[in-house]
Amino acid sequence: MFFSLGLYFALAIFGAGLLYKIFTWFRSSISIGARNITISRRIFSSLRGILCTLFSVKIFTLCKVFILDVVLNRQILREDVLRWFMHISIYGGFMLLLVMHALGRYTSAALFDNYYSTINPFFFLRDLFGVLVLVGVAIAIYRRFILRIPRLFTNVRDHYAIIIVAVILLSGIALEGVKITSHTIYRQMVADYAGLEDAQELQSLEAYWVQHYGVVSPTGHGPFTAETLAQGEELNKASCVACHSRSQWAFTGYGVARIISPFALWLDSLNAHGLLWYIHFFACLIGLAYLPFSKMFHIIASPLSLLANAVMERGQSAPANIATRQMIELDACTHCGTCTVRCSVAAALDEIPNINILPSEKIASIKALASGRKLTNHELKTIQEGVYLCTNCYRCTVVCPVGINLQDLWFNVREMLLQKGLPEFSLLSPLSFYRGLMKEEIGHRDYQRPLLKARNAIADKGDNTKGEDQVLPLPRRDGAFKGRLNLSAQASTFSVCFGCQTCTNACPVVANYKKPQEVLGLLPHQIMHACALGLSGLAFGATMLWDCLTCYQCQEQCPQGVCITDVLYELKNCIVASVGEQAARAVRKR
Amino acid sequence: MKQFALFLGCTIPARLTHYESASRAVLEALAVNAVDIKEFNCCGYPLRNINFKAFLQLSARNLALAERDDLDIITLCQCCFGSLKKANHLLKEDALLRNAVNSHLEKEGLRYTGEIEVKHLLQVLYHDVGIAAIQKEVKRMYDGLRIAAHYGCHILRPSTVVQFDDPLSPTIFDQLIEITGAQSIYWPLKLECCGAPVRGINDELSTALTQKKLESGTGAGAAYLCVACPYCQIQFDTVQGSMPSKRGKDHRLPSILYPQLLGLCMGIDHGVLGLGANQVSITGIEGFFAQVSTGRGEGRQQGVQRSRGEV
Repeated sequence: MFFSLGLYFALAIFGAGLLYKIFTWFRSSISIGARNITISRRIFSSLRGILCTLFSVKIFTLCKVFILDVVLNRQILREDVLRWFMHISIYGGFMLLLVMHALGRYTSAALFDNYYSTINPFFFLRDLFGVLVLVGVAIAIYRRFILRIPRLFTNVRDHYAIIIVAVILLSGIALEGVKITSHTIYRQMVADYAGLEDAQELQSLEAYWVQHYGVVSPTGHGPFTAETLAQGEELNKASCVACHSRSQWAFTGYGVARIISPFALWLDSLNAHGLLWYIHFFACLIGLAYLPFSKMFHIIASPLSLLANAVMERGQSAPANIATRQMIELDACTHCGTCTVRCSVAAALDEIPNINILPSEKIASIKALASGRKLTNHELKTIQEGVYLCTNCYRCTVVCPVGINLQDLWFNVREMLLQKGLPEFSLLSPLSFYRGLMKEEIGHRDYQRPLLKARNAIADKGDNTKGEDQVLPLPRRDGAFKGRLNLSAQASTFSVCFGCQTCTNACPVVANYKKPQEVLGLLPHQIMHACALGLSGLAFGATMLWDCLTCYQCQEQCPQGVCITDVLYELKNCIVASVGEQAARAVRKR
Repeated sequence: MKQFALFLGCTIPARLTHYESASRAVLEALAVNAVDIKEFNCCGYPLRNINFKAFLQLSARNLALAERDDLDIITLCQCCFGSLKKANHLLKEDALLRNAVNSHLEKEGLRYTGEIEVKHLLQVLYHDVGIAAIQKEVKRMYDGLRIAAHYGCHILRPSTVVQFDDPLSPTIFDQLIEITGAQSIYWPLKLECCGAPVRGINDELSTALTQKKLESGTGAGAAYLCVACPYCQIQFDTVQGSMPSKRGKDHRLPSILYPQLLGLCMGIDHGVLGLGANQVSITGIEGFFAQVSTGRGEGRQQGVQRSRGEV
């Protein structure tokens, strides 16, 4: 009664949570292609997509992916054998325990006529599966807390997942151990199944169980006479073995029983097995009820992500469905860190302390973004920078064990954030190459606006020399400017420039314009001169900096050995850092 | 057998996989062992505009990984080459920078002491394999094929750092092209930039520069451009493919990757070379193979003479 009630209650919460989660898949979106699609249209579209897929040849792809990726975890195996073993142990062991043991009264009892949890093979298998899970958990703990893989972060959700599984398993094993030693339980079993009246017979059977089954009795602890044991064995054969195998078969519980045997009587008097049963049972119920809100939700979302990604493609699938798929993907992420370990720019974290550079950590931020929670400008800026610091090498997407199309996710989030109007200076680097290739998908206005925003934010910090007859106020001289250009030794070479203009004449960008000064502001030789004079405003204001190809023609041809391209690099670094700092300060003040 | 750590970078595996397969096939045929180091990351090039230290850190990590495995690096990308060379140059010279970088690398058990050389595919072919050894593997030769060699900026300049070839009149790439019997022609904008570095930042400028290069190539009578860099190739292939031809003039000039050009002569499978993967079709190049495959040496001699005459 209590068991069923608790189970139904937990199931009800689980069901409600599941429905809520599914609702959020259709409600929220981070897709630039699905901003104006209603919830009902998205639900309808997904149903249509599912039906169309199920009744097409794609069903074979789905079957293949289900077996290889969902059941056998092929992708994890490719990445790391130990991790594959870890995951297969935990989820395989847990699933088997769930079916055979936790739901035993509905499954095993229905399938097998003579089912008792205490006879082999069930008695032994329960422990075997339990050990499997524990080994997996141990590997997980080893990987997360001992191995110290660089840039692999472990958060509250990971802790919870490991703890809940460990508590369920350990309480179960402890319960088994206590039950093996418990005299109360033993007496109950005798009363229920043996039907013995004779005191002598009862004593013999108890002696036999104390000797061979690990029961700890308050009256007899042996040594017993051979006669008594022989009689006990007879009685055991007659009344017990049909539904109770030797305790040793439950090897983990038996181990615990041996360890606790010195104080088993005390535990029995405290009704420890009752307490442990409640702990075990409640841990299971909590695990079930909280599942939709925990990392464990990946049990449901990850297979969906794997299957959806196997049959969906950008450009072919409906934008509404892609938006929905991306929301499922956010739930499918297990925070395993594979993407981060293989990320092409993760090591930049050493110099740019923004956790959102790491793909596995970006997901959490994107979840917050997708949930519709109001984020501060500072938070938005940090996510934006993290999402933009990406070379679009697709490695995260290729290695993701749950098949998340991370590349697509980044692309969408990036464009969505850029449209919010906070300037992103990384746009003015070759990181934008990919964005340039994807221009058609973005749309002309949405494409140009963030670029202008970034350029203007920087130009505002410098002096504008563009346009004919531009009248400038007397520029301020920045005495410390020269000293600030110190990232590499090359940067100080501007001081030997004698203004011959060879650099400017060699520059293909200058050559591309009829009136280069109107477009580019200062030209390369003028920038060198401005640096020498300490006129930082003029140097920083030159658009030339951002149109520089870094082709090194200027530097190669300079008769004075001025490292012009390197100086331009240095100026770009400087202004990005100082504008970035100012922007951050302004955001913080607000 | 020569061994190198193959540094693919980010662009090739994501957008130009046939460059990788073609290069691997060519290297294998020439007995160069290209070893993969799974942990390699971005060379740092895209970050140089905005954060020098992050660029250096990323680059240094690659060098340290190669040093750990005691292998020199071979790159297929001019920008990776330039960045790794630059970082290597700085780290070999500047002990302070090296210490700063190592303090981060040590967290993951890595350390860079400056023992590694960085080479481009073209350098390995020219210096480590050698023209003569490549010639032995060439099974058929082009006849009358005029090629415009595009070196790419970051392989040539800054010459003090990259030390590839004479920055004003390089010949290594031309010689490698002429092994195939093709003629590497003179064209005015040979050493100029392809325009890729500002793609996504200033597309108009980027396209204008590409357009000029293509016009210069076709004007000099080239049938194909030949490149050895993924950025240049994407610019000349993918971007050119989507460029409207200006003023009614057709400046289509297909671009072929060097390992494709060489691989065809070595009899490597078309699928492996990825001939079908180019946006601006290059399949017509088959038509340039001399009908009779005998008399190799003779044809080669002619090819070299022809090109000298031209220059």
